[in-house]
Amino acid sequence: MNEVTVIIIDAAIKAAVMALVLLTGFAYMTYAERKVIAGIQVRRGPNRIGPLGLLQPAADGVKLFLKEDMMPTGADKLMFNLAPIITSIPALVIMAVIPVAPDWIVNGYTVRFVVADLNVGVLYLLAIGSIAVYGIVLAGWASDSKYSMMGGLRSTAQVISYELAFGLSMVGPMLLAQSMSLRDIVHAQEARGIWFMFLQPIGFLLFFITGLAELNRAPFDMPEAEQELTAGYFTEYSSMRFGMFFMAEYIKMIAVSGMVVTLYMGGYLGPFVNQFPPLGIAYFSAKVFFLLFTMIWIRGTLPRLRYDQLMSFGWKFALPVAMLNVLATAIVLVYVM
Amino acid sequence: MLNPWLYIGIFLIVVFILPGVPVLISALIAPRKPNPIKNATYECGVETVGDTWVQFKVQYYVFALLFVIFDVESIFLFPWAVAYNQMNLFMALEGVLFILILTGGLAYIWKKGGLEWV
Repeated sequence: MNEVTVIIIDAAIKAAVMALVLLTGFAYMTYAERKVIAGIQVRRGPNRIGPLGLLQPAADGVKLFLKEDMMPTGADKLMFNLAPIITSIPALVIMAVIPVAPDWIVNGYTVRFVVADLNVGVLYLLAIGSIAVYGIVLAGWASDSKYSMMGGLRSTAQVISYELAFGLSMVGPMLLAQSMSLRDIVHAQEARGIWFMFLQPIGFLLFFITGLAELNRAPFDMPEAEQELTAGYFTEYSSMRFGMFFMAEYIKMIAVSGMVVTLYMGGYLGPFVNQFPPLGIAYFSAKVFFLLFTMIWIRGTLPRLRYDQLMSFGWKFALPVAMLNVLATAIVLVYVM
Repeated sequence: MLNPWLYIGIFLIVVFILPGVPVLISALIAPRKPNPIKNATYECGVETVGDTWVQFKVQYYVFALLFVIFDVESIFLFPWAVAYNQMNLFMALEGVLFILILTGGLAYIWKKGGLEWV
């Protein structure tokens, strides 16, 4: 076999494994969310299908398959069909640059636990992450429904407002690690012997909070404020196309958790990870699960923000603080050097 | 240099297939019985009045404009941050000055009332 064939097979296997893990993760995120929220509200949650209700996601999937796919008469057909695709593909692709374990040398062959180690990894995260906004705009505009229109507008304004602080709070780890490659950022945390969340506490909190806003998660779930907008930009979607929006939302939760873990929480680092690299997957997943649980916990605890509060938090608090954090980090680094 | 992008390309293809299959299956087995009332715009049971693409709050445009300005400028900080160790003091301070100018711009907009959601 020549080199290109090996690369293609290697890439296809990694891509398939990563995509399947993400899709399974999505299915069980929906279950976990319902179960945890139920626990917070002293209910039982799904418990009918399978032991402890564990087959609930499969039943939901079958239900989505069998539902009629409707499209409003006035909708823009092309854009209406394109919007769920534009939303869900970036959500899946974003995980490609995140390393889940260190390199593992087996019989002289190096196994890399990352789909693609780009030297501009952080930029890639930001670029792919912002493509999803187009899906939201298109879904809101193409549906020919006022709920969708208002939901799409709100969501767009919110996502772009918080993207500034989101991007700026990635600069801190980059300043400390001197690289945009996510592997190098994890290595830098290993070399310093401390997670960046302790060196950059403000950056870490801002990154997590603005990440929630980027995801349209509670308490920033204004676009889907069901009391006023039914379901926001995907009001008119049904069947599997609704499923794609749903999938994109949950997979993006996993992706943002992965980003927080890699940039601030030491990625796959943990005891004995260099002796037996696959252990890194366990550490990485454990940290991601912790963050996902925190997201659900926040949803179960905090009320939704009012829209003007949300915008002023993004522009008058998160953005200036993120800028000053970059400034402070830069000045302190000059002193340290 | 090219290899990581080849991986991303193949990942993209796989990722197109995986959500594509459920949509295809759903298109094959789901019922399809459209009628004018079912396909009407959803508005909680009331018939919708007028055009959907109405005029909306101008504030959305203002924030979109501000976003473009600050986003483009904050991207300039990325290469600066990566090359920070290789810089002399003057270059590092130029970056700091750039952040201060950005902060000044934000303060100006804030004072002008551009960040109020009214």
